[in-house]
Amino acid sequence: MFGLAKKDATLLLVVVGLTLLAPFILNPFPTDSAMAQFNAGYPDLMQRFVIFGIFAIGFNILFGLTGYLSFGHAAFLGVGSYSAVWMFKLLSMNVIPAIALSVVVAGLFSLLIGYVSLRRSGIYFSILTLAFAQMSFNLAYSVLTPITNGETGLQLTLNDPRVLGISQTADGSIPVTGLFGLEMRSTYTMDVGAWAFQFNVGYYLCAVALLVAFYLAIRIFRSPFGLMLRAVKSNQQRMNYTGLNTRPYTLAAFVISGMYAGLAGGLMASMDPLAGAERMQWTASGEVVLMTILGGAGTLIGPVLGAGFIKYFENIFSKINDNVLHGWFSFMPDGLENFVITIIHPFIGKGWHLTLGLLFMMVVIFLPGGLVEGGQRIAALFKRGKKDDDGADTSKATTPAE
Amino acid sequence: MSTSNFTRRGLLKTSAVAGAGLALPTYLSAANHAGYTNAPQGDTVTLGFNVPQSGPYADEGADELRAYELAVEHLNGGGDGGMMNTFSSKELTGNGILGKKVEYVTGDTQTKSDAARASAKSMIEKDGAVMITGGSSSGVAIAVQGLCQEAGIIFMAGLTHSNDTTGKDKKANGFRHFFNGYMSAAALAPVLKNLYGTDRNAYHLTADYTWGWTQEESIAAATEAMGWNTVNKVRTPLASTDFSSYIAPVLNSGADVLVLNHYGGNMVNSLTNAVQFGLRDKQVNGKNFEIVVPLYSRLMAKGAGANVKGIHGSTNWHWSLQDDASKAFVKSFGTKYGFPPSQAAHTVYCQTMLYADAAQRAGTFNPCGIAEALEGFEFDGLGNGKTLYRAADHQCFKDVLVVRGKENPTSEFDLLEVVEVTPAAQVTYEPDHPMFAGGALGTCNPGA
Repeated sequence: MFGLAKKDATLLLVVVGLTLLAPFILNPFPTDSAMAQFNAGYPDLMQRFVIFGIFAIGFNILFGLTGYLSFGHAAFLGVGSYSAVWMFKLLSMNVIPAIALSVVVAGLFSLLIGYVSLRRSGIYFSILTLAFAQMSFNLAYSVLTPITNGETGLQLTLNDPRVLGISQTADGSIPVTGLFGLEMRSTYTMDVGAWAFQFNVGYYLCAVALLVAFYLAIRIFRSPFGLMLRAVKSNQQRMNYTGLNTRPYTLAAFVISGMYAGLAGGLMASMDPLAGAERMQWTASGEVVLMTILGGAGTLIGPVLGAGFIKYFENIFSKINDNVLHGWFSFMPDGLENFVITIIHPFIGKGWHLTLGLLFMMVVIFLPGGLVEGGQRIAALFKRGKKDDDGADTSKATTPAE
Repeated sequence: MSTSNFTRRGLLKTSAVAGAGLALPTYLSAANHAGYTNAPQGDTVTLGFNVPQSGPYADEGADELRAYELAVEHLNGGGDGGMMNTFSSKELTGNGILGKKVEYVTGDTQTKSDAARASAKSMIEKDGAVMITGGSSSGVAIAVQGLCQEAGIIFMAGLTHSNDTTGKDKKANGFRHFFNGYMSAAALAPVLKNLYGTDRNAYHLTADYTWGWTQEESIAAATEAMGWNTVNKVRTPLASTDFSSYIAPVLNSGADVLVLNHYGGNMVNSLTNAVQFGLRDKQVNGKNFEIVVPLYSRLMAKGAGANVKGIHGSTNWHWSLQDDASKAFVKSFGTKYGFPPSQAAHTVYCQTMLYADAAQRAGTFNPCGIAEALEGFEFDGLGNGKTLYRAADHQCFKDVLVVRGKENPTSEFDLLEVVEVTPAAQVTYEPDHPMFAGGALGTCNPGA
């Protein structure tokens, strides 16, 4: 199907199923139960899952295939967001031109940065990209304030021209982003017993974008071009000695992944029309590196899982506070309750970084191949009984060797 | 590598799947709510406390969270009632808001607009919060205020001092109790005039972002109006920790006053550097060299230690105030946590009370009803004397405190002393003042 091998087609179908049914899958607990704290099936977080999934997939095309570790990818995401918001301010609230412009601008920007940075490899390349990203961040934060609105971030106002749209709605508020009249924020809530599942238009737009991005990534991974990139990773010198110029290949990979980041940035701005400079900060660039490594660099599905994992912790664990804990452990005797809460306290709320850090360490130590390796090990456990090594081998085949 | 095997059946199947995928969103339309977003169901109402728990303003955030918890306790009838007893409006009875028990959710803004909006969105979409409050930086406050406007939620700003929050970025659903850069300048200028005279040369070091600029603009305008000369305005990157290279040129500039438009850790470092360079012992143009820190907080004074002695600035509120309301608040905060509250804690406590009271008076949680109840609301008994929530820009107008670093602190909390209480009339400006112009309040948005 779609010109894919059977294994890849299955993987794509699994991803299609997961993204389309996400509102159900991410909302396993009834709304009023104590466990509802762990539900992630609300529009904003689901959007973030897929948007950062796209970002990480794109990053993985560069890092996973060529081994070039870019520490400046957030710059492209930021540039994409700014372009999209400017499109909303000047042209119309339709998301299509905004997303298109953000991909194009991020592509051009990455061409520029890639052209310079790719003259070096290894750690020097990382440092160069990091320097460029920090430069973009500082420019956006203060120097270019007329364009970026500095620290406050670029926002829509009631006075924006919006040539093909309206400056403000009849009741005097800022119009919302939409796709030919279909509002991004409109949400249909389906009440099933104690559960409330939310279906959000913006989320499904992002999901479609993710599926397209994922499909393209599979095709790139399986193409002769992808093979070339892997060759760059395994021994670039040898390729150069055989008379092959590798730079056009790495530059193409860099620009493609930059465009993925731009797409993510454009989608982010379409869901929530604001672009802040801190999207370009080095910590944001570091985050996508973590996502990719956590999920499994060089694998297809890994970066998406990693992105989901990190965003889940950022948004769910940071919101657990002592009050919530008291609610959970209220069945215990007072002394014990307070003791348990004192133990857990450093790991929740503001301590979510700590929890995430510990988990990241454990993954890196015990599952060097990331979450994907964990999945493979579990799959291998179940399959061992039946066809022995056959199952393990094919599951490795879906995910190119690292 | 790639295998292309298009068949008629395959094409039909794929297009059916793709079509279904594309069509799915189109039949999902906006859900109908009870007239406004997140109308409280059952016998509880949820408020969202969105504060920085990590990042440079984590200290302020932690103190804000304490004050929020205290406010919720008081609203639900616990504790000693704090400022509910001194508040001029007597609608609140300790029976929650409109008879509904107050519950809350917390989030971490990380002092980043993106993270703050994500956290606020999850409170709105997942937890059903009917009001969002908090923030410890103007960038974050403005970003979240914009979000709340779109979502149809009331935003009660926390610690945000930039003119823009209720100036060019004001929103109909957003309200600010804290004072702003203009007010700091208007309150400080006369005091500085009395202390240092009218013939002074000022040198500004400014944190290079929105808040720093608006404050620099305000202070420069106010001091120039009384005859001072502004020698230079230098912008410093927000991430700086060492300001030596910025301090050295001050010595040779002929300036005799240094204005530090810095906040938090920035101010602690720049002030420490300035004192280390011996600026305070210098004589320039036959006058003592002076340093001014326009926005002060106790937490900053604590960070800068002995360096703050004798340095003037302004603050929204200080725990050593002797009116009944301040004493009641300090007492109940102190009883619960063992130390006095900061100005950040005070302002968010007030914001929570004002919101609750407005809902009670409006008889609804509808943002438009609450906005109407808050607009033009005059109150007293929340520690700042008589205060007005101006309808034109949703800014509170109240007395501003001019403070000075204490020479002989008696405890680790007793670091600032109030020099003068500048009356509200003196810091009031027209809503269309040039420093605040350029934005529009818009209309209140009740959401879905």
